[in-house]
Amino acid sequence: MRILAGFLSGLVFGLGLIISGMADPAKVLNFLDIAGRWDPSLAFVMGGATLTAFLGYRLVWRRPAPLIGDRFDVPSGRQIDRPLLTGAALFGIGWGIGGFCPGPALTALPLMAPGTLTFVPAMLAGLWIGARMKRAATARPAGAPS
Amino acid sequence: MDLQVATDFTPWSALGGGILIGLSAVMVMALFGRIAGIAGITQGALGALVPMAGAATDRDWRWAFIAGLLSAPLAVLLFGGAVSQSVPQNLPAMALSGLLVGIGTALGSGCTSGHGVCGLARLSRRSLAAVATFMAAGFATVFVLRHVIGG
Repeated sequence: MRILAGFLSGLVFGLGLIISGMADPAKVLNFLDIAGRWDPSLAFVMGGATLTAFLGYRLVWRRPAPLIGDRFDVPSGRQIDRPLLTGAALFGIGWGIGGFCPGPALTALPLMAPGTLTFVPAMLAGLWIGARMKRAATARPAGAPS
Repeated sequence: MDLQVATDFTPWSALGGGILIGLSAVMVMALFGRIAGIAGITQGALGALVPMAGAATDRDWRWAFIAGLLSAPLAVLLFGGAVSQSVPQNLPAMALSGLLVGIGTALGSGCTSGHGVCGLARLSRRSLAAVATFMAAGFATVFVLRHVIGG
């Protein structure tokens, strides 16, 4: 049941990425190119997705717990700190170079374009490196106030 | 260095696809009680293969989610649809891009889906700050590559 539910969720996400055009780096790069061939489509993808999630989350959170998991596990941090902003900036630069963010890159993998086959392993290595950097950045000496 | 392929403004398919992405985020919350951030899901799944600092340990549904994601283009092709795609062909640039996207989303705790869709839907201040930052960095990078260096 968990496997089927996870698979279907991923399939719907991937279909959304393909139908919306977000799985096409050319469209993403043109969205980011306001001074050139600006294609505002991506704003509609983000808008449609965020509004749907905003309404859906509020319906879902009326229940005491998720259908399969034991509790709603939502990030509780509120502090806008340096790892968050440094990470987001690095991500934005990479996004602007290749036109891929993690979801579209994975969705594009079965089509096996050379650019995708180069991007995805580098991204996986980056996720590993970034996780270590984050732990190092957030680790505090013992006894220090948090 | 980067490709410049003209694309059409497609508001309706963008909106329709966006609604599906939002629906998937709602499914992940309703079913598993988790945020549907692809960087985080991938990190959690990777934790099965290599030690990942601070990654989630509920890996089964994450692998299934990624399998679903990978099946999407195959499903479209199977049912006679087309997946149009122009991936940049400068491989060193794509390697650098992938590395930055991986490091950035791990360090910044989220990507376009985790901070963008799910975070904004939760009205998270952290996510709003992250989205504003990666959008600004993305716009600036494309501007420099296309209009300063490439111009």
